[in-house]
Amino acid sequence: MQMPEPNESIISRKAIIVEKLQSVLPQGAVIDDPAETRAYECDGLAAYKCPPMCAVLPSTTEEVSAILKVCHEEGVPVVPRGSGTSLAGGAMPTADSVILGVARLNQVIETSYEDRTITVQSGRTNLSVTGAVETDGFFYAPDPSSQLACAIAGNIAMNSGGAHCLKYGVTTNNLLGVKMVMMDGTIVEIGGAHLDSGGLDLLGVICGSEGQLGVVTEATLRILHKPEGALPVLMGFDSAEVAGACVSDIIKAGVLPVAIEYMDKLCIEVCEDFAKAGYPLCEALLIVEVEGSELEIEEQLSKIKAIAQTHNPVELREANDADEAARIWLGRKSAFGAMGQINDYMCLDGTIPVSELPFVLKRIGELSKEYGLDVGNVFHAGDGNMHPLILFDANTPGQLETCEALGADILKLCVEVGGCLTGEHGVGIEKRDLMSTQYNEADLEAQMQVKDVFDPSWLLNPAKVFPLENSKPRRAAA
Amino acid sequence: MMEPHSEAELSGLVKGSNGPLRIRGGGTRVFGRPVQGEVVSTANLSAITLYEPGALTLVAKAGTPLSEIERELAKNDQQLAFEPMDHQLLLGVEGTPTIGGAIAANVSGPRRISVGAARDFLLGVRFVDGQGDIIKNGGRVMKNVTGYDLVKLMAGSYGTLGILTEVSLKVMPADETAATIAVAGLGASEAVAALSAALGSPFDVTGAAYEPASRQTAVRIEGFKKSVEYRSDELVKHLKDFGEVNVITGSEHDTLWRDIRDVTPLAGAEGDIWRISVRPSDGPKVIETLKPKSYLMDWGGGLIWAEVDNRTDIRSMLSAFSGHATLIKASPETRAIIPSFHPSVDALEQVAEGLRKKFDPRGILNPGLMN
Repeated sequence: MQMPEPNESIISRKAIIVEKLQSVLPQGAVIDDPAETRAYECDGLAAYKCPPMCAVLPSTTEEVSAILKVCHEEGVPVVPRGSGTSLAGGAMPTADSVILGVARLNQVIETSYEDRTITVQSGRTNLSVTGAVETDGFFYAPDPSSQLACAIAGNIAMNSGGAHCLKYGVTTNNLLGVKMVMMDGTIVEIGGAHLDSGGLDLLGVICGSEGQLGVVTEATLRILHKPEGALPVLMGFDSAEVAGACVSDIIKAGVLPVAIEYMDKLCIEVCEDFAKAGYPLCEALLIVEVEGSELEIEEQLSKIKAIAQTHNPVELREANDADEAARIWLGRKSAFGAMGQINDYMCLDGTIPVSELPFVLKRIGELSKEYGLDVGNVFHAGDGNMHPLILFDANTPGQLETCEALGADILKLCVEVGGCLTGEHGVGIEKRDLMSTQYNEADLEAQMQVKDVFDPSWLLNPAKVFPLENSKPRRAAA
Repeated sequence: MMEPHSEAELSGLVKGSNGPLRIRGGGTRVFGRPVQGEVVSTANLSAITLYEPGALTLVAKAGTPLSEIERELAKNDQQLAFEPMDHQLLLGVEGTPTIGGAIAANVSGPRRISVGAARDFLLGVRFVDGQGDIIKNGGRVMKNVTGYDLVKLMAGSYGTLGILTEVSLKVMPADETAATIAVAGLGASEAVAALSAALGSPFDVTGAAYEPASRQTAVRIEGFKKSVEYRSDELVKHLKDFGEVNVITGSEHDTLWRDIRDVTPLAGAEGDIWRISVRPSDGPKVIETLKPKSYLMDWGGGLIWAEVDNRTDIRSMLSAFSGHATLIKASPETRAIIPSFHPSVDALEQVAEGLRKKFDPRGILNPGLMN
């Protein structure tokens, strides 16, 4: 993975920059000891590491503004960081950058059940947003797998999804407003507890901009009342085609489950060894979850089961109580951990039109053979967001590179069939140089000119999202 | 008037023009400051180019009539869940509403409160920018975080950043049945309290409106038959302390929500019509402050359509509330003195202006419409 050469003139001014940052922040908010900055050298994409010049941990929006003013004056790149769980390298620093971590911004500002909104500081973790309202029966819907650790700031940066977004949408559909600091230190509020934008939808373009347009310090989020109940059903099929057809038929029948999860045989086997959830060892397994009152669940499940029966499932397992429901989810929820136990893996995130599922799975199988690396598939089937897991051994020289090449081919395949490179993890550094397979020069230029407006000096998270070649003139001018 | 037959032809026309250009879909959503210039119509960019019911996806050229899309979807028991309003009655205009127009103005109906706005169902766009360049963003899959989300930026940009040529949409299953739980005789604050109680329940409310002339508070639920019956019973119990509750179904229900969607009660009003978006709990306070001649409240109190005397600058009256007010229909005298769109703080005005300059450096696309 190529990163731009660090700017030596910035590094040579480290002492001055650190002193300036210290002068605007309380004690303990600037971390510049190399032994400590190592903690910020990577995010969830741990194959790539580089300690930052220093890290700053502000506790207020005003402190964020003061930090950005200093960095703006000094021309120092800033890499915003939520909890560092990005799988795409979104929070990976360069040696000449300042990591701006929002972890200390973790308070709830306001909860309004009347308006069904909560306003939180952006370092608050996803799950603790729900934690703040669940005793009153409410929840925050987007649920990325890392929700215990990941911060709302990162969710906004990457426009994160989750297993239940088939019904509830992703972050952008649940975000109503932000307080944000621009690179020059200006604090702005965009949106709020009202439901739409009065002018251009700036909130819409900020969400998913990977920390390149500003640093979000507060967010107003939509909260919903919890459904009365939820129940999954598990189905096994003897081919990916049949499972794919079943998904399509369920959707066509007008049932909209909250989640439709898919696992292939390799994943089922690994998860069984690890979690012993009692899954059938079939070619394709679906977990479909519906919500509502008992009566509503029954009504939806009866429709779903009837559709499944027409596809001759090898297994159709219902949950009769909460314990059985938890067992159905057990294997799926431990999939990534289970894979990690047996191997190093790279998790891809391409999305495809649901109709292309059987073809893409077949093609991934062929590519897996060509490259000699196993690929397991576990993903959100209802919306076509795939998560192929490429297994490799990081200690075998060359395997990481082979894995990356296979990953790139799989993502190109996703684009070829009408899909995209990333459905919920973001581009970061990981898919940066593949962007030109999905977008041509004019398309990329249109996106980069948005950054030109928000951050004319290209100091915020500069070497991400766009192919280095395309962003080079702008970064060089900074 | 220019009526290109293809995206490439449109691109050439924009390249060859010095503007100003007035961008038009069906010509039924006439908002903002009137634009002088040659009309560019998308009427001939009309076709559904892809529809996959099993993937809940539809792609159409921008000039495709909404009615055509809705007809195709209905054949598969599907719908545009954001239920775009038809502005014709309210604005007193006639034409053929197009999908491009609905998206360019981010037109969202009562269901905004539960499923989201037009922009939330927009998966991808193709457009021609002010230089005549063809740009695409997003795609046709439901989850896509590849690069910046210009899709959202284009929704609600009223043709000032580019001329939409194709949109890709997430569609939804049509509901098997629906019902309205109506509470009679409430004032605005009690109504919003009742709507808030309904929206804060687990019963999936998809419409929450108040019509003051008949003092009717309406809560909508939709879905499979048994589920609607169950939730209807529960909501009746939930709301009975607010006033006399009855359940409306069938054609009366359909008419009720079409009238709310299209703001029919304010059609033919002589005063200026404003669209006010605030936090729902502020809705009654806005009414109290404004004392409009007539109004309609949707989105649980968060959306107010208000008729006031011509030339009333309601923004100065409502400065205590966060949100925004847009002048939807106004006398020429009002337009001359009051901006149609809500002015923002300087830093954000600069960003918006900066974006327009990037996407349309010559300032030829609907110039001034959003000023």
